[in-house]
Amino acid sequence: MERMKIGKEKFGDFLAALDKQLYAPQKVGETLRFVPITPEDKLDLEFSNTTVPPKSVLFPQTETLYRYELGKTDLNLPDDEAEKVLLGVRPCDARAMAIVDDLFSWDYNDPYYQGKREKTTVVGLACSDPEVNCFCTSVGGGPASTEGLDLLLTDLGEVYLLQPLTEKGNNLCREAAEVLEQATEEDAAAAEKLHQEAAGKIVRKVDTEGVTEKLMELWDHSLWQDLSRACLGCGTCTFLCPTCYCFDIQDEAEGLEGRRCRVWDSCMFAEYTLHASGHNPRPTVRERTRNRVNHKYSYFATKFGKIACVGCGRCINLCPVNIDILNILAEVIKEAI
Amino acid sequence: MKEIANPYKPEIATIEDTWQETYGDRAIKTFKVVLDDEEIRENWSHRPGQCAMIGILGVGESMISISCSPTEGKFLRFSVMRAGKVTQALHELEPGDKMTVRGPYGNSFPVDDWKGKNILTIGGGIGQAPLRPIIEYVKANRADYKGLSLIYGARTSADLCFKDEFKALDERDDVNYHLSIDIEEEGWEHYVGFVPSLLMEVDPSPENTIAITCGPPVMINFVLQNLKELNFTDEQIYTTLENRMKCGIGKCGRCNVAHLYVCKDGPVFSYATLKSIPEAFA
Repeated sequence: MERMKIGKEKFGDFLAALDKQLYAPQKVGETLRFVPITPEDKLDLEFSNTTVPPKSVLFPQTETLYRYELGKTDLNLPDDEAEKVLLGVRPCDARAMAIVDDLFSWDYNDPYYQGKREKTTVVGLACSDPEVNCFCTSVGGGPASTEGLDLLLTDLGEVYLLQPLTEKGNNLCREAAEVLEQATEEDAAAAEKLHQEAAGKIVRKVDTEGVTEKLMELWDHSLWQDLSRACLGCGTCTFLCPTCYCFDIQDEAEGLEGRRCRVWDSCMFAEYTLHASGHNPRPTVRERTRNRVNHKYSYFATKFGKIACVGCGRCINLCPVNIDILNILAEVIKEAI
Repeated sequence: MKEIANPYKPEIATIEDTWQETYGDRAIKTFKVVLDDEEIRENWSHRPGQCAMIGILGVGESMISISCSPTEGKFLRFSVMRAGKVTQALHELEPGDKMTVRGPYGNSFPVDDWKGKNILTIGGGIGQAPLRPIIEYVKANRADYKGLSLIYGARTSADLCFKDEFKALDERDDVNYHLSIDIEEEGWEHYVGFVPSLLMEVDPSPENTIAITCGPPVMINFVLQNLKELNFTDEQIYTTLENRMKCGIGKCGRCNVAHLYVCKDGPVFSYATLKSIPEAFA
């Protein structure tokens, strides 16, 4: 489908034309995160990126697997998912969805994740003003990359340019055809110019060539000790990482009502790998930090052929003790033979 | 949500029988369970070495090795050491009670590739549980294998699992076994010492033999060293790894050893494979 455009003042009409549950970034306390909205809600898409990535919609922090009554054995699965639109997803976070898709469809299909993913149309918003720690261009992405997106919006000042990318994206444009206009050659050229300018504003870079092998060569290197020492094990880097998907499964019961649910977990927590015997195969922050970096840049790449990092910079921006994955990678590249 | 192919949704099973194998803080209890759904029970198939996620609604789930061979019948056995919250709650269950079961998970011992060979199992403590299905499988297909030798030890005679089953082997001339305990006890007629030393005492020939070892990590490490001293090649030695697990299907992340998941790529590994994984003996 061809590129379309819509005046910003009419954007609410566009949303109103979509008969789907809408999610968009909203401030919740101090954090910017994706929450359900209505077309009447005031939207602020002038953000660099959300604090919490949109994975929280497809892979909620706490998710019921099934409910039961204590003392009984009937297992009640959740209802089917509603059609959703995720609005204002940054291209890095959309790429993260494409990466996580591989995990949840590997060998066993995950009906909870896939059920939501299939019913969700992802509307991206090209970056015009990358943050200081953004490094998407080093890991295969860019401020207007389209992987994982169904429709890409570019902010042209007075109007948004809409670039449909998939059948789901086409469908959105069809549903809202009445409020959309055909974009011109000039609009497309203006968007292209913005995309290139944004890419030029990304300052942090890393050369990931061969890093998958280099990491394994440096298994016992002292850099892991040196660069992990400050780690508090708070797990922020992983909870807010758009490609981190580790989870725990827990039973919860109140009165006679029980449920088995999955909740986000983090390889940076000591309890994550702690055996019931008391033995812990990753006993200190050294082993846990090595696992986090190796998983993203080596293990995942070995298994799925792609690095599980999209360069969003959240783990750098939000680490309370300034542990910086690019510094770790730089050290790895320097030390590897 | 679609009823089919939800790998997180367990089956309900009824406990048919239990045996208190050992006592104390880390007691071991064996459960014989039968899946309630007749169709699923008839279609269930597992191979020696595989595991299942067993649990109690309202408490949680634990990954436990299936300690019976599929040749034994349409039931499952689990030998569970009391170690944490879920296993404590499992120990409170009695015949007639329900548990949740999902699986089977993981790879398995390549028992069919081992046909025509001598089988040697070397177990310690609860580590005999994953070895038991191999022993039962070989016994059920006895003509397909050459020698069957079992080495098994525990701290004291009271800590040995499956005691009656070892005793029953006295009646057979096609299985030989060697038991050990760490410290001398009155009336003990078998070896006194650690399992790796008993292995050297038994002095098995590596000729056409597969050695499989399961037990505490420290025992495994010395058994591996001693098997090498006895000239077993890396390809002739198998063991299992265990790590904390939640999903069992290679998604939740925690059981990884480097790029491999114990729940998917394991729990069974040849020593040749293990040597190439940096985190395998962590």
